[in-house]
Amino acid sequence: MDNKKVVIVTGSSRGIGKAIATLYLKQGHTVVVNGRSEFTPELMDYFNSLGGEVHPIVGDISDESFVKEMIKETKKTYKRIDVLVNNAGRTKDNLLIRMSEEDFDSTLTVNLKGTFFTAREAAKVMLKQRSGHIINISSVVGTVGNVGQANYAASKAGVIGFTKSIAKELAPRGVVANAIAPGFIESDMTESLTDDIKEQALQSIPLKRLGTAEEVAELVNFLSDQKYITGQVLHVDGGMVMNG
Amino acid sequence: MTTFEQIQEIIVDQLDKEESEVQLDTNFRDELEADSLDLFQIINDIEDEFDIKIESEEGLNTVKDLVDYVEKQKEAK
Repeated sequence: MDNKKVVIVTGSSRGIGKAIATLYLKQGHTVVVNGRSEFTPELMDYFNSLGGEVHPIVGDISDESFVKEMIKETKKTYKRIDVLVNNAGRTKDNLLIRMSEEDFDSTLTVNLKGTFFTAREAAKVMLKQRSGHIINISSVVGTVGNVGQANYAASKAGVIGFTKSIAKELAPRGVVANAIAPGFIESDMTESLTDDIKEQALQSIPLKRLGTAEEVAELVNFLSDQKYITGQVLHVDGGMVMNG
Repeated sequence: MTTFEQIQEIIVDQLDKEESEVQLDTNFRDELEADSLDLFQIINDIEDEFDIKIESEEGLNTVKDLVDYVEKQKEAK
């Protein structure tokens, strides 16, 4: 095998997912990009200009049959899957006593069940090839909680437990799984926060600035070159959370 | 291809064995040293190949057990 990887990045039309896809493409890797709606010609031109081969597969990762198709198509086209980056996610913020069942379910369904579907289908391929990386994007909120994000925090904490369990299950076949917990990253998700909340957030970040999507992408990229790191939660959060 | 030959091919491929090592009376845990992950992958491949569902691996010890199971499922369809 040469050092070109076949990578799937879910939710890659914007924000952190787009930055992750961009970095892999710049390095000449093959990237299956995924989003719920068609990729604009501008975005496809951009991806195509980076160097690696880009292959869009449009669909919703919380739909089991779509995920099966996406993995099947990737396997059929490229014969292998080296890296799966579970990035697709959503927020539906509300205070607990105002949170509806729909707010809760829809967030859990995309963030946690979607991760389960993609990981399960990709793992079947990776177990067979006896190698592979599953990288799940969690969140600092999943480890420390956040007002108004009980559903999101539960889903992202769920991703961490899920990651550790599959890391143990898949390890005997050389397949590794890790989670990344970004802090406050400049993206559409943080753009929508009020200035007050942004100011408060900055107070809790020792490095006194928001992170960039590129900084998350660099960590993803680093992890996918490692073979002896598994079951870990890596924080890229300017020092918000410091674990011993 | 018979059901046996199809299953044989799946096991040979999954466990990296020779065809001669995978016969009807072969016990995959004892003789082929398949662990639970191997077994689940074999079951998974068989499910895909025959478009059937294998609910539990209980009672499935030899290649013949698998062939019989698949034959029965195919008849029921």
